Amino acid sequence: MVKKLITQDTRMFLTGNEVIAYAANAAEAEFMYGYPITPQNEIMHTWCKLLPKTEAGFLQTEDEISAGFSTLGGILAGKRAFTATAGPGNVIMQDAQSMAEMMRLPFVCAVMQRGGPSTATVIYAQQETRLTCFGGNGEGFRIVYSTAGHQDLYDYMIKAFNTAWKYRFPTYMLADGYQGKMREPVTLYDPASRGISMVPTEAFLRAEGKIGVDRDATHLRNTFNLEEELMEHLDVYKEEYERISPEIEEYFEYKAEDAEVLVIAHGIVARSAVTAIDELRAKGIKAGLFRPITIRPLPVNPMRAAVKRAKQVLFTESANGQLAQMCLEKLYGLTTPYSTLFKMGVGVTGDDIVSKVEAMVKEPATV
Amino acid sequence: MANVLEVKPDLAQAQCAEVGASKFCPGCGHGTILKTLAQVIDELNLNERAVFGCDIGCSLLSWNYMNIDTVQTHHGRTTPVIYGVTRANPGTVGIAYMGDGGGLAIGSQHLVNASVRGENMLILLANNTNYGMTGGQMSPTTMPGQVTETTPYGRDCSITGKPAKGAEMIAAIADPEKSYVARSTMGNVRGLKKVLKAALENVANGGFSFVEVLSVCPNNWRTNNIKTLERLKEMEEFFEVKEFITPAKKEEV
Ligand SMILES: Cc1ncc(C[n+]2csc(CCOP(=O)(O)OP(=O)(O)O)c2C)c(N)n1
Ligand code: SF4
Ligand SMILES: [Mg+2]
Repeated sequence: MVKKLITQDTRMFLTGNEVIAYAANAAEAEFMYGYPITPQNEIMHTWCKLLPKTEAGFLQTEDEISAGFSTLGGILAGKRAFTATAGPGNVIMQDAQSMAEMMRLPFVCAVMQRGGPSTATVIYAQQETRLTCFGGNGEGFRIVYSTAGHQDLYDYMIKAFNTAWKYRFPTYMLADGYQGKMREPVTLYDPASRGISMVPTEAFLRAEGKIGVDRDATHLRNTFNLEEELMEHLDVYKEEYERISPEIEEYFEYKAEDAEVLVIAHGIVARSAVTAIDELRAKGIKAGLFRPITIRPLPVNPMRAAVKRAKQVLFTESANGQLAQMCLEKLYGLTTPYSTLFKMGVGVTGDDIVSKVEAMVKEPATV
Repeated sequence: MANVLEVKPDLAQAQCAEVGASKFCPGCGHGTILKTLAQVIDELNLNERAVFGCDIGCSLLSWNYMNIDTVQTHHGRTTPVIYGVTRANPGTVGIAYMGDGGGLAIGSQHLVNASVRGENMLILLANNTNYGMTGGQMSPTTMPGQVTETTPYGRDCSITGKPAKGAEMIAAIADPEKSYVARSTMGNVRGLKKVLKAALENVANGGFSFVEVLSVCPNNWRTNNIKTLERLKEMEEFFEVKEFITPAKKEEV
């Protein structure tokens, strides 16, 4: 049993990466496996520094392939285990993530996005959106929370463990190096004080009892002999995924009710959008925000409703429309025109959004 | 005669009776190795402590072969899954079972690092000098001159480099204080049993063990019984069969 460090509400001024390590401890995470990559390093650093107090475990593996697979090993052993990665690390960890998807293992990973493709830049982007949602050779039966600040990092890192262990789909907290490296005030709390109890873990291997007497041996596999056998499994996964999606979906709206120009953004870009919307409203332009918090599954119904109400939509991202693509598919049939503000691997500021929306008001989108 | 055929083979507790006849090709080495492993698990009474991981390769067919808790992983990734388990649940006797391709090619970084770190597990590598599952391509251990699908004129070491010697490599990098490293052969089942016993005892005592077993793949070798065993003899000459590191022997010195 790990020792929890936060027993009462504690206001702290921390970097996001530190917040994530504290959140994992608050969630009673028992083991972290990881490989260094910027901008997630300080999650590992903080986790390691706290080990004498938390009595949790850590293994620095030889690469992200092994970080991913050994995390699965820890989970199979029945531990609330997790990992964190970014960029090319997220790419090579997809192998393990697809095994988690196939075997319905409660894999938890904090993805701190950096620029891509390739090694690119080390601090910021939103270019792992599609990879995190749909990476691997699978169907994207995953749950992805996109955070927009330090309180989110704390709240959703805790939530990620419970979502993963309750529903048995790989669960991600998708953030970025701006959130990871920036320092902000945040309230750390014991989840119990918010009525959150941690979903109990159980050992997939070496359960109690004598084999052949109390129980059968467990045989877990990810390979099938027949195509139909595979589809049978995946049909069940799909049915479950769709059934639980409404319980999982989360979103945040800001002045979206009467918005004529609706900004759709996720993660930290949504925060720029909030400042932009205040500025635009002061200028008499009715702008609003729809921010999906779960970008997988997307909160489709509320998003469609907000888009339907608006006269125009603006998709903005620090990527070339990775979220927009995912949303547009779900907005099929609606006729609200949209425009885009995509800055690949570069931050989107409030000013960027203000000028873009002003231009859209002058010359409305036609697409 | 009918009676003779109805007599059930004397299976180890650690081997699944329901699986019936081996799922491997007739004459394949995997069955012999696993059967011996199951006997040793019984003898050491590790049935409840053991966790068996199998790689992708023909080893994947063993996903329900052992009557112990088993997880089938990805090609090359059994080592990190199993040390992930043993790190999180100390006291587990972790066994990662793989082929020469899984261990020495695609999973070699895990093999090297697990050996250097002395992970508490047994890495059991069945060396049949080719990629059996995918139809008999060259593997790191394909012998000089050996014909495979990707060396149809025989392995030319001036182009491919020389065969990998797994046990020698691991013996050079593993921590001699806590490691057991050996190469055995399915051609000598008694010897194999002794080696597996020493290897698992070492793991049960907290150590790291690596065992390479020379194995056969008559299907892809396209060899009959006699030729298969002749090839195995050649392998036994090319790959030295011995214990490279034994923690016990070290104490005697
Ligand atoms: C990432 C990945 N690459 C390639 C394969 C295809 N593949 C399956 S088994 C195998 C080779 C197996 O050879 P070996 O490990 O020697 O085992 P054997 O079948 O000979 O026992 C390969 C390349 C795969 N499953 N996964
Ligand atoms: S292909 Fe070779 S290694 Fe695979 S089961 Fe057949 S004989 Fe055994
Ligand atoms: Mg092989």
